[in-house]
Amino acid sequence: MTTNALFSIPESSGHDMVTIAFEGRNLTVPAGISVAAALLSNGVSDFRSSVVGQAPRAPYCMMGACFECLVEINEFPARQSCLISVQDGMRVRRQLGASAINIKDEL
Amino acid sequence: MGNQSLTVIGGGLVGAAIAYGAVRSGIHVRVLDQGDTAFRASRGNFGLVWVQSKGHKLPRYARWSRDAVTRWPALQQELLQLTGVDAGLQQPGGFWLGFSDAEMKARCALLENVNQHGGEVPFEIMNRSKLVQYLPGIGQAVVGGSFCPMDGHANPLMLLRALHAGIICRGSEVISGVEVARIRFDSEKQEFETFSGDGRSWKSTRIVLAAGLGNARLAPQLGLNAPVFPTRGQVLITERLKPFLRYPMNKLRQTLEGSVQVGSTSEDVGFNDGTSTERIEWLARRAVTTFPALAYARLVRAWGALRPLTPDGYPIYQESSSCPGAFIATSHSGVSLASVHCFVIGAWMSGMAERPPDFGVFNGDRFANSK
Ligand SMILES: Cc1cc2nc3c(=O)[nH]c(=O)nc-3n(C[C@H](O)[C@H](O)[C@H](O)COP(=O)(O)OP(=O)(O)OC[C@H]3O[C@@H](n4cnc5c(N)ncnc54)[C@H](O)[C@@H]3O)c2cc1C
Ligand code: FES
Repeated sequence: MTTNALFSIPESSGHDMVTIAFEGRNLTVPAGISVAAALLSNGVSDFRSSVVGQAPRAPYCMMGACFECLVEINEFPARQSCLISVQDGMRVRRQLGASAINIKDEL
Repeated sequence: MGNQSLTVIGGGLVGAAIAYGAVRSGIHVRVLDQGDTAFRASRGNFGLVWVQSKGHKLPRYARWSRDAVTRWPALQQELLQLTGVDAGLQQPGGFWLGFSDAEMKARCALLENVNQHGGEVPFEIMNRSKLVQYLPGIGQAVVGGSFCPMDGHANPLMLLRALHAGIICRGSEVISGVEVARIRFDSEKQEFETFSGDGRSWKSTRIVLAAGLGNARLAPQLGLNAPVFPTRGQVLITERLKPFLRYPMNKLRQTLEGSVQVGSTSEDVGFNDGTSTERIEWLARRAVTTFPALAYARLVRAWGALRPLTPDGYPIYQESSSCPGAFIATSHSGVSLASVHCFVIGAWMSGMAERPPDFGVFNGDRFANSK
């Protein structure tokens, strides 16, 4: 994982800021940006592992079409981070492989 | 047979399986197929390789379907070895699910009826508590099910690709972007000439019409009758999920890749292969009733495709009596039947084998009074 961010958020005062946790690390970012933008501007390049070959993946289209940007948000698997805005206190983790659905027997 | 050649019109699952079967009997084949805007059931179907409950009104069809699933592994192996393309066959057995006692009773009677007429298709009726051992997580609304150990599923897109690759590997041709408009038969030379709308033409000593919905228009040119009409099926697919479903069901299956496919509607909407919110919702609701945990799965796509159906739902396989050497093949369940379309119909229609026994029941003339 690189720590030199390829993307940055323009410096300007007056943004409301929120704090989210990515894999336990706190990131303070402008309110209203997408989770994907928040992670990319903090140098994250490994968002998830591929379902097929476990290779690392990162956002590609940033517009909801490619599903490359999946992460786990507040324990919900496989969210498209490019389509979801950051919220204060959000817990974000990498999406590892396919998401599992939780089968409980309804006997 | 050195001077024999075969034209197959239609490169969907039916045409491609027959063409591949003909090629492996040693005849040169040319498959003519439309372009990308064609109606193609073969690219939008549900992927079941199924025998349970097939042929309850036509015993010959029950036996035909049983032969098909029995011979599928040989086709899968052969295509994999020849082309490297894996059609993804899995045959763990499959389930039909019942939502009321009345449905369960009718189902049992239907499956027994198939076997009273020589079906020889094993099945087991299961109550809810037994079913849960096979399908953990099944919803409260499911009261029971029927299981057939011969059922399974495959990847229909990979099957189509494997068949096309097999035809080409063995030195025959698939030509796409061809809209066949007219076919002429020269009885003295025993020769067919096929003309496309844009003025190209091809000659052959034999011809098979396997054009799906296109067969209705082409058949009369060769003295055949095939009143096929479209029935739309809409299908949903979820994101890839960790494996949780070991067995395919007739309305729900988890693919090898992990996505869950939910199918399919049956709608009479003419030549419209679109989708509708109302039917998508209906399918999604039924899926969640069947497996409540699916409420958390995300759908990534929905599509519609047109089934080419005959009035009684059973296939047409026939040689023309006025134009010998011309054949028609049209069927539902082109995935399930791919193996026998290849090994049996391909050999027959290329002239390397006799018509299979008791095939008169599949004659298109049975619809002589249909429009
Ligand atoms: C929603 C849905 C679910 C299904 N589920 C299953 C299932 O689970 N299991 C199963 O076994 N079957 C299933 N089927 C049925 C199966 O898909 C069909 O039986 C099969 O695809 C039919 O193949 P085909 O080659 O006859 O037709 P098509 O796939 O429609 O192909 C016909 C081909 O003919 C070509 N053509 C037409 N007219 C002309 C012309 N004038 N000139 C040149 N080419 C022409 C077209 O371009 C097309 O490629 C399903 C179908 C649908 C729609
Ligand atoms: S980056 Fe393509 S869907 Fe999010």
